[in-house]
Amino acid sequence: MRYILLVYTPESEQGRGADPAEAGISAPFLEYNDWLDERRIRVAGERLAASGSATTVRLRDGSRLITDGPFAETKEVLGGYYILECRDLDEALEAAARCPAAMLGSIEVRPIVPQPGMTGPEPAARVPGRAT
Amino acid sequence: MAARDPAEPNAADPAASTAAGPAASTATDPGAAIERAYREAYGAVLATSIRFLGGDFDAAEEAVAEAFAAALETWPRDGIPANAAAWLTTAARNRALDRIRRERRQADKLDRLGRETEGEVDSMQIGSEDRLEDDRLRLIFTCCHPALPLDARVALTLRTLGGLTTPEIARAFLVPEATLAQRLVRAKRKIREAGIPYRVPTSDELPARLDGVLATLYLVFNEGYLATSGELSVRQELCAEAIRLASILAGLLPARSETHGLLALFLFQDSRRDARLTSDGSIALLEDQDRALWERGEIERGFVALDLGFAAARAVPAGRYLLQAAIAAEHARTIDGARTDWRVIATLYAGLERIDPNPVVTLNRAVAVAQADGPAAGLSLLDDPMVRGRLAGYHLLPAARADMLRRLGRLPEAVAEYERAAALAVNDAERRFLQRRLAETRQ
Repeated sequence: MRYILLVYTPESEQGRGADPAEAGISAPFLEYNDWLDERRIRVAGERLAASGSATTVRLRDGSRLITDGPFAETKEVLGGYYILECRDLDEALEAAARCPAAMLGSIEVRPIVPQPGMTGPEPAARVPGRAT
Repeated sequence: MAARDPAEPNAADPAASTAAGPAASTATDPGAAIERAYREAYGAVLATSIRFLGGDFDAAEEAVAEAFAAALETWPRDGIPANAAAWLTTAARNRALDRIRRERRQADKLDRLGRETEGEVDSMQIGSEDRLEDDRLRLIFTCCHPALPLDARVALTLRTLGGLTTPEIARAFLVPEATLAQRLVRAKRKIREAGIPYRVPTSDELPARLDGVLATLYLVFNEGYLATSGELSVRQELCAEAIRLASILAGLLPARSETHGLLALFLFQDSRRDARLTSDGSIALLEDQDRALWERGEIERGFVALDLGFAAARAVPAGRYLLQAAIAAEHARTIDGARTDWRVIATLYAGLERIDPNPVVTLNRAVAVAQADGPAAGLSLLDDPMVRGRLAGYHLLPAARADMLRRLGRLPEAVAEYERAAALAVNDAERRFLQRRLAETRQ
């Protein structure tokens, strides 16, 4: 089954991403990515830019409403995601618990609804150091 | 249907039953036999069917329902099979196989998947007694998965393993039937959509997953022990099921003191089942029970489990189930109720209160204190407005107060409390007991 791990982190953590000097991946995440790839369960994973860079779009009565900021203002914001191909929920929960962000924020684990005929990319086979 | 399909189990075919027990000769009424099979074997038949169907609860429930429908049709005609559970499991498996084949054909991949289906037929062996027990363990860990809300875990365990009906579970937990039905639907949907696996957790995961299982079994036992519906005051089979599952868990996790604690608690309580009811079907208080009726074998097994529990708890403080078992053991220790050490019991309840600050525990401690230090001491504990507020609507609070007031000679107040308790009582046995006490107090 395919799962998305929505990585929510406190805004201050997320804000650091704005500094180009810190654009790389921290050591714990590098290790974590290796762990995922050893198990060949990582399909994708990326870090999002700071929530201040988000723009929200709604269509209401035919008119386009564009607002600054993320959909909901909360203490924790969506800071990144992983898409994993797991045997079952237990494996996905295990992977989520090992994510370095689990200690600072929270990880929402959601199954991805399978689309018939669309398999999507296969899990990466050990791509050490690839950006998340 | 393929030729290698197992034939519909035939009641007359000894191969269809693993044990030609006395059931065949004693049960002659097919309706009663099916009803009993439902109560006794529903959970086991369903657990195995869920495995056949790769964890699909709804499909398995359908297959089991069809198996029971087949029993209704064929048992009156062909006779009652000696082993009803084996018959039903085979019948449910055949339905499950039909379903898989149907779905595979629809998938229009007959050639390739046909072979897989054949392979699956081999993996869908009903299996040995051990395999069937594993199925029930799989089912309970799935039903008690932490990704499900607690109320759903309990409802699902009772519905699937216990075979209780939705109305029975709704009554047990004082929620409307529609709410309970919705809870079950949501839980099964989450199992399916989130990919909650149908398996026993690995040894790494097991300890963390255990607490939810213990809490669920505790509620299952209580549902059997303090039956909520009508005349059937002791749902013995439900208690036996809780004991069986607790015993398997204790065997799997011998280092976890609470598994032994829970098992010991169940055994001590169950040992009193024949003494709990008087001849007119009302509840006999512990102090009034004929202790010769207590099941000594279960008490002995209870003490073995209790010792294992305290041995395992040396490094950690005793948990709630072990403490409750220790309280039950204090009663089991004395064949003469008059020599019960209520002070020890009050101390154990105080320990329990620290782990679990719960007004029902306070109520029980007050009863023990009333025995050790007199009814006035117990009553003053129950006068705490917090306790009274949180126990409003719970019949055992006025029942306990009534007893203490009666012993203090405050009879009009005692009568009022007995009346309140009888009005709130949830089963006939308790209501009869309270009405008898009320009549005695009025004299």
